Amino acid sequence: MIDELEEIAQREQEAARQFPHTINVCVAAGCLSNRGDKVLEALQGEVKARGLEGRCRARGVGCMGLCCQGPLVAVVSGGRPTMYQTVTPEDAPALVDSLEGEPVRRLLLPTDQPFFSRQTKIVLENSGAIDPERIEDYVAAGGYSSLFKVLAMMSPTEVIDEVHRSGLRGRGGAGYPTGLKWSTVAKASGENKFVICNADEGDPGAFMDRSVLESDPHRVLEGMAIAAYAVGAKYGYIYVRAEYPLAIKRLEKALRQANQMGALGRRVGRMTFDFSVDLRLGAGAFVCGEETALIASIEGKRGQPRARPPYPAERGLWGHSTLINNVETFANIPSIIRHGGAWLASIGTEKSKGTKVFALAGRIKNTGLIEVPMGIRLRDIIYDIGGGVVGDGRFKAVQTGGPSGGCIPAPFLDMPVDYESLAEVVSIMGSGGMIVLDDTSSMVDVARYFMEFSMSESCGKCVPCRVGTVQMHGLLTKIARGEGTAGDVALLEELSDMVRNTSLCGLGIAAPNPVLSTLKHFRNEYDALLKG
Amino acid sequence: MPVISGSVAPPTDDKRWRLVDGAMRRCGYRASALIEVLHAAQSAFGFLDKDSLRYVARALRAPLSAVYGVATFYHYFAMKPPGEHTCVVCTGTACHVNGAQKLLAAVKERFGLAPGETSADGQISLLQAHCVGSCGLAPVAVLDRELLGRLSADRLADRLSGWRRAS
Repeated sequence: MIDELEEIAQREQEAARQFPHTINVCVAAGCLSNRGDKVLEALQGEVKARGLEGRCRARGVGCMGLCCQGPLVAVVSGGRPTMYQTVTPEDAPALVDSLEGEPVRRLLLPTDQPFFSRQTKIVLENSGAIDPERIEDYVAAGGYSSLFKVLAMMSPTEVIDEVHRSGLRGRGGAGYPTGLKWSTVAKASGENKFVICNADEGDPGAFMDRSVLESDPHRVLEGMAIAAYAVGAKYGYIYVRAEYPLAIKRLEKALRQANQMGALGRRVGRMTFDFSVDLRLGAGAFVCGEETALIASIEGKRGQPRARPPYPAERGLWGHSTLINNVETFANIPSIIRHGGAWLASIGTEKSKGTKVFALAGRIKNTGLIEVPMGIRLRDIIYDIGGGVVGDGRFKAVQTGGPSGGCIPAPFLDMPVDYESLAEVVSIMGSGGMIVLDDTSSMVDVARYFMEFSMSESCGKCVPCRVGTVQMHGLLTKIARGEGTAGDVALLEELSDMVRNTSLCGLGIAAPNPVLSTLKHFRNEYDALLKG
Repeated sequence: MPVISGSVAPPTDDKRWRLVDGAMRRCGYRASALIEVLHAAQSAFGFLDKDSLRYVARALRAPLSAVYGVATFYHYFAMKPPGEHTCVVCTGTACHVNGAQKLLAAVKERFGLAPGETSADGQISLLQAHCVGSCGLAPVAVLDRELLGRLSADRLADRLSGWRRAS
């Protein structure tokens, strides 16, 4: 099977060499909404009209990162890419002219700027470089070779050891060591085990998973298959938000292709390993990102969490041992197998290894998707890569971890970005949303905003979360209106403590975080709003 | 074990029930496929009414209370018919700090609509979403499946007025 993969890869590379020029157009959601599809059509039409089909191909690719400058186009000639920004369909003739001449200066996007040069791409290595709707493109980039290497040459224990060695921690937010999770599921008894990919990216301000699924869906499937082999599972589910239609469409296509090629399904790679994957659509409930709620939802029930232990590793889907990892976690796996766990462990900090994908948004110049080594300073992300605050605004805080996270103020900008450091300043790594706030935002309003979110998303099962979030939201609204008293702030703190310590699941436990972090770092803003 | 149903007939002879039947057949009439089936029913009819819930409950042999419980738990399922056009204003964090509330205020002021409401003429439904994942283009709204980024209150109001005029 590995030979067959190499054959496909060689065929693809040879076919690519036939074309001296390739025009890559981003067709991920961000650029699509800026008419990226029309740009692609116009370029394909222009190439055809000039009879250049034999020398140039124009194709859709995944996310290139700098969403705010879309639609993005990369013209690759002789292996060297020239990037263009804010391209319109009307620019197609000029871009095709440039194939044999000078670049189109007015559209040039310099790639030597820090936004590109300071990134380290592992999870996103194929994003923007391959056509996400063709499995052959993924194979040509080395795809599925890790899976077949694992099946042919490694025992499940060796795979888990490799993941252990990499130091990879769950990218969904909590940062639980992936190798440890895998070995717990591998050791669990029972014939039927399940692997679930959590693609219920519900944090407002986070779009990493969506982008990975839209840009490189096969990478996630390969990671899941390797995990299934390691833990001994035959069935897998991807639980994806219904709000991501493009990601769903590309996943469905990828699943069909992988089954057809024998990378999924029965007797994968003609070995004795069976693994089939099904898609399950979420239905707009943030709490379903919590693993036991997600399992309930796949079982067709209301997405309400249950007490742990037992953890899903012991009793998960339909009572069977279940491995649940996030999209980005699975997307790391093929690279860990290809380059070795020690390689990933050489990137990052002592306790946080590898890279992290962040969605940069808010009041920042360069909005989009980035992947950086763990341990990078916040300042480097916001000022170097992000280009600083937009307009004349002054940086106030960066919000990480969404409704479960906190706001980090300017004095901590030189802090390294890793799981422990973020927790120290009352925030969390979270899934990767990073929203920059400037002096136009009131921090009390930000806390109220997140509390409103947690309140409306509380599933209602346990009292502290159901009632506590409503009470806290009421207090925050009162304070934001200038009607609060010092007693209200004290009550808010007391409630934060209670909700945090007595809620059933992560939603309630983390719901007070935005309040606690703004109280810690921006208490003056609360005080300024108090009566009398 | 899956129960092979089919003995339950759809409530009306509307052809769209076939889409719901197809979804139930594909999953072997298992009650665990309830959410998939509700997705199919909503995409066929635009929302879930009592007929749909009763029919799905009987066909999947699930208690109506459980079906109702699931349908009302998830935000994605609508229990009211949507307007001719839908405008979803994103209120995710990036949109919030970039003026999503101004968009909502403009729709309230000029069309008298609050999130969750449909205009009296049935033309426009206004919804809000907790993040559509296009934070790089904030603030955004989704108008009949078309995503509009870096939206101003005026541009949004113009588009909504366009719907009115076209009707």
